[in-house]
Amino acid sequence: MEGMGQFILRRLIGMVAVLFAISVLVFLIFNVIPNSDPAQRIGGKNANEQLINRINEDWGFNDPLPEQYVTMMKKVFTGDLVSYQNQRNVLDQIEKGIPVTFSLCIGAGIIWFVLGVVFGYLSAIRAGRATDRALTILALIGISLPVFWLGEMLLYYVANKAGLFPLGDYVKFTEDPLQWANHLILPWFTLSVLFIGFYSRLLRSNMLDVMDEDYVRTARAKGLPERQVRLKHVLRNSLIPIITLFGLDFGAVIGGGAILTETVYNLPGVGLYAGQSVASLDLPPLIAVTMFGAFFIVLLNTIVDIAYAYLDPRIRLGTQAA
Amino acid sequence: MPPAEAMPTGEPPLPVGDKVEIVGRSPWYLAYLRLRRNKVALAFGALFIAIVLFCLAAPLWANYVADTGPNENHLTDQISIGGKETFVVAPNGIPIGPGLHTKFLLGADDNGRDVMVRLMYGGRTSIYIGVMAALITTLLAVAVGLAAGYYRGWTDSVLSRTMDLIWAFPVLLLGIALGTALSVGGLKIGPLSVPADSLWIPILIIGFVYVPYMARPIRGEVLALREKEFVEAAVAQGKGPIRIMFTELLPNLVSTIIVFFTLNIANNMLLEAALSFLGAGVRAPNSSWGTMIAEGEDRLVTAPHLTIVPGLMIVLTVLALNVFGDGLRDALNPRAKIRMEH
Repeated sequence: MEGMGQFILRRLIGMVAVLFAISVLVFLIFNVIPNSDPAQRIGGKNANEQLINRINEDWGFNDPLPEQYVTMMKKVFTGDLVSYQNQRNVLDQIEKGIPVTFSLCIGAGIIWFVLGVVFGYLSAIRAGRATDRALTILALIGISLPVFWLGEMLLYYVANKAGLFPLGDYVKFTEDPLQWANHLILPWFTLSVLFIGFYSRLLRSNMLDVMDEDYVRTARAKGLPERQVRLKHVLRNSLIPIITLFGLDFGAVIGGGAILTETVYNLPGVGLYAGQSVASLDLPPLIAVTMFGAFFIVLLNTIVDIAYAYLDPRIRLGTQAA
Repeated sequence: MPPAEAMPTGEPPLPVGDKVEIVGRSPWYLAYLRLRRNKVALAFGALFIAIVLFCLAAPLWANYVADTGPNENHLTDQISIGGKETFVVAPNGIPIGPGLHTKFLLGADDNGRDVMVRLMYGGRTSIYIGVMAALITTLLAVAVGLAAGYYRGWTDSVLSRTMDLIWAFPVLLLGIALGTALSVGGLKIGPLSVPADSLWIPILIIGFVYVPYMARPIRGEVLALREKEFVEAAVAQGKGPIRIMFTELLPNLVSTIIVFFTLNIANNMLLEAALSFLGAGVRAPNSSWGTMIAEGEDRLVTAPHLTIVPGLMIVLTVLALNVFGDGLRDALNPRAKIRMEH
């Protein structure tokens, strides 16, 4: 398609620029803001002045900031980045966490998309009636729940008291697929609730808007069964913004939104790693995890934009009205 | 058809008869009438006010009923429950739970502190952070949105790209990163200095991370508004850009701002709780509902009230704001689409 290649190239360059800016920002956050001395951290409590000086020398903490930034980024790309706290390789740790985070996020994504659409659809076709009211209340409660608190309540009532599910922890899919799912059901649900609330309410209002469109009246006028009008004309056209949002939210969840769920259920994913690094003020893992998160957010943003440009030539040609 | 039925919007019926007097109704009055009809939204608005009053009454309860402060330990104390002397914290470390006793109405925590008193004081922190951060977000977002939308060109480019950048950060990670970094040495910008344990650290962080979520819709609205005839008229009258922004554009943004502000407080409270839970939010000696949940985590099985009670308060408060904000949105019907996440 004409112009598509250029558009994709422009977006990819923009993506790299944003990631670069983010890495600089994270680096600055931890270096300009008064902070504890990393050499002290590596050397431990009993480090003498000599040791501190040598660490500062070895790790390059005395170098000017731009040089330190370049050194750190080099390490990120060569995979040599290690933690200040325990000298473990950061990228190895992230790699270990990825299957866990993906298991959690993909499962939750499917649940929230399906349930969000089903509830939103039911709410819209029963607008103003009891079903709609009940679903609206549920959705509002869903978006008002603190994620980590919901997780703890489920752990206490469903896992501990009723004994239906295990009390957190993760089992690898390759070891035991059934236990993998059994351990993830509560986390999936915990992570989904907020989004089910958002999506069902958004779909409801989109569908109510679309129902007033002329083409829906036309579809009815030409004698299509109501079910077909709702599914093929109303639902389909209302889903477009939901799918966009799903792309963005899915990126955000992988890129850091799952920290709370992983912490509560003790799932050793990227989010839990970030949480632990925060507790120990460990800069290298935080830079790497933030870039990892931003990468997914920016990547899915870009995919959504490209998909839109593919579907709507006005965006590609830059003639879309504000 | 009688006129009362013809006007299902709850507005007073048009006068019938020879003398027809047209009463002018401002958009605000119409919005007020719509809101007045939404009993559910009003009830939840009242609930929020009740919660605020409950928290404001903390010193009264602490001094006259519970007779203890939010940070006073009662590890070795005993209270009489049903005529029986009971340890506030049992020898095995399990604190007493909620019960009908004026002291420790909602039980005690690990250190023998009164949960009811802590809940009331903690709520002050949580609500204070929520409201203050919402004020900061609103001020910054309105400034950015007005400037970017009105001046367009490079001003818009610079501001919008900056917003995109903050947007691309995972909100929680950005909050955690800032919270952790600032918790060591506090914040010093020129003459401004904020100590590390100050409430203003979480307030500034939370106020900052949500700016793009509000600035974007406002910018979009300003872009549309500035093409309107009344702006052209103002330019023709010789009004300068600043005056146009504040006397012509801003009044048209008020409904968006009010709705956003209400929903933003709710989101801020959730983010504060999340940051505090992860140890990057409110710091000792201050406490909030979020830190209370974090402290109760280890005792989830033996003393679940430590987690349940503050969590329920957060849910109630946030739900009240969300429902009321929703009602406001229906009544004021702002043009911008508002959506938040956390």
